Amino acid sequence: MTDSVIRIENLHKSFGSLEVLGGIDLDVRAGETVTVLGSSGSGKSTLLRCINFMEMPSEGRIYLHGDLIGTDEGGSVRYSESELCRIRTRIGMVFQHFNLFPHMTVLKNVMEGQVTVLGRRAGAAEAKAREQLERVGLSDKADEYPARLSGGQKQRVAIARALAMDPDVMLFDEVTSALDPELVGEVLRTIRQLADDGMTMLVVTHELGFAYHVANRVLFISDGRILEQGEPRQILREPATRRMQEFLDGHAQFRLPF
Amino acid sequence: MVEWNFLAVLADADLLLQGLVNTLKVTFLALLFGIPLGLVLSLCRLARARFLSMPAAFIVEFFRTTPPLVQLFWFFFALPILIDVRMTPYIAAIVTFSIQSAAFFAEIFRGGIQSIDRGQWEGAQAIGMNHWQSLRRIILPQAVKRMIPAFMERSIELLKTTTLVSTVAYTDLMFQANDLAQKTFRPLEVYTVVAVMYFVVIFVFSQLSIRVEYRLARSGESTVR
Amino acid sequence: MGHDWDFVTIAQNWGVLWVGLKGTLVIFSVTVVLGLGGGLIVGICRYIRHPVSRWPAMTFIEVFRNTPVLVQIIWFYYAFPILTGIEVDPFLAATLGISLNTMAFSAEIYRAGIQSIEPGQWEAGKAIGMTYSQALRRVILPVAIKRVLPALTNRGIEVFKMSTLASVVAYIETLNQAKLIADLNFNPIESYTVVALIFFVVLYPVVQATYALERTLAKGD
Repeated sequence: MTDSVIRIENLHKSFGSLEVLGGIDLDVRAGETVTVLGSSGSGKSTLLRCINFMEMPSEGRIYLHGDLIGTDEGGSVRYSESELCRIRTRIGMVFQHFNLFPHMTVLKNVMEGQVTVLGRRAGAAEAKAREQLERVGLSDKADEYPARLSGGQKQRVAIARALAMDPDVMLFDEVTSALDPELVGEVLRTIRQLADDGMTMLVVTHELGFAYHVANRVLFISDGRILEQGEPRQILREPATRRMQEFLDGHAQFRLPF
Repeated sequence: MVEWNFLAVLADADLLLQGLVNTLKVTFLALLFGIPLGLVLSLCRLARARFLSMPAAFIVEFFRTTPPLVQLFWFFFALPILIDVRMTPYIAAIVTFSIQSAAFFAEIFRGGIQSIDRGQWEGAQAIGMNHWQSLRRIILPQAVKRMIPAFMERSIELLKTTTLVSTVAYTDLMFQANDLAQKTFRPLEVYTVVAVMYFVVIFVFSQLSIRVEYRLARSGESTVR
Repeated sequence: MGHDWDFVTIAQNWGVLWVGLKGTLVIFSVTVVLGLGGGLIVGICRYIRHPVSRWPAMTFIEVFRNTPVLVQIIWFYYAFPILTGIEVDPFLAATLGISLNTMAFSAEIYRAGIQSIEPGQWEAGKAIGMTYSQALRRVILPVAIKRVLPALTNRGIEVFKMSTLASVVAYIETLNQAKLIADLNFNPIESYTVVALIFFVVLYPVVQATYALERTLAKGD
């Protein structure tokens, strides 16, 4: 219980009359890499986006290190913008389409949140930014603008930008889906390195190889609910449900693309 | 055949130049006040709170759909009676054209802000920025760059619109032209010279704006109109 | 604000204002037809790669886009008669100024529309044996004009607002009559407010319709 980083209770999310998440319970422990699988439209991205409140949950509670996010008001939870901003600095997120800031250099991209949000001094922020760029192997690109980078490099900058905030947990939302196949490997390698360093992570992906070899736990989401979860080698080889079996049949085998 | 005689015009060229200076002065001041006011109006219009967005939308639409000459007459003849201020043609011109161009700038700002990909807001949010920080640090710098051509076009329109101040007797280039035409009995030469003067100034500005637009287009920035 | 609004006087002078409204309507109808219609011809001349049509069209467009419309109106009123010996009344001066100005602006709109059509459309026209002018009329223009319809309605809105400039050369239109009422009854507040409201009430629905049109066209493309 004490080493729970993210705990989710009975999370619901609807867009109008369309229910996307129908009650999710999940506990992510420190240092754990949880991979979320599911076909498109299953709600896996929405789950991730609810955790750092890119989407507001319709119902349910989310705890960070055991503390409820938001204020309990007789059963329902209310959120203030300032609290959510603070929470988001502790929950890093990497997007499918990078969302780098095109008007800033790579270095400035990684410094921006540190300076503007955390109020770090420019010198300290720059040192931190260079350290994180080193970590993702892009020290030499610090002064380039994002437009001059390949998709894989962009995504690694996005990872460095999130890491520079010193988050407690990282969320990866289909971060290799928009990449050319030959660039997928460098990004997954970077994420694997983070796993080895003990970062707590939730990874939504279609890369079964990554799930198989890197994750500690695999969730399979279908129709907005967790249909199966468990240890990757077991659940991926012997899924309990037909749904998951069909999903796995439609995907390449558990080969790591690097 | 008509005999052109520019001597009378040239003798009073300094009057026309003074008029041109005044024209540029009014244009510049209207831009100075109009652009920030336009930004404020656009932000209000984009706000989720209806008590901000509805009045802003009304002001923008009202000033875009009423003729600038009517606005000028209203501010010059009507407003001083309504709130008991002394109104000079100069102040009336600046007030009118600031608000009028603010309405148009507001729509340019709105178009620019809305043209920025939603992912940029999310990228900013994800590193903990609040709405205002996202807008100031991430969205506006990108939006403004895209808006530059539309800004320049609108500024040129404003320069042309300032000719209306001559009707409330502010000594802009148009007014000086009327004055000189009556004094010299040479309306053909005076108005032709003044038309050429406007043409030169505006043509230079619009060529400049085409140049800028071309450079922005080459650097891969799409522009909004 | 201590002002006692008095719209009764305006209502009593409704006849005066009505004359102005008719004047506005007349000059708007004439200038919008000449301006947007003539602009199509100038725009095509500007587009066609033939120096005899292109250069005059370009010069015309640059001259009338880069000078203020008020200068144009006043030039036609005071200078043009001396140059040509043709008598020019306020209506003609304002009509010339506003129409030619609108022709220049709309010519650029039409040209942009024609240029936005994919080359494949020209080729398809040619492939079924059409001449250049047949392809232009039957294939290119219908699509091009549909695409620039919002820009053209915006121009139309500008023309309607521009009609007030005719009052500067004493053509009898709405603003001119409002000024008359204001001067006779010492009620500029009500007079000019009413004129502003008239324009707002007429143009606001048009602006909204233009937005709707833009959205529909954006979806269709």
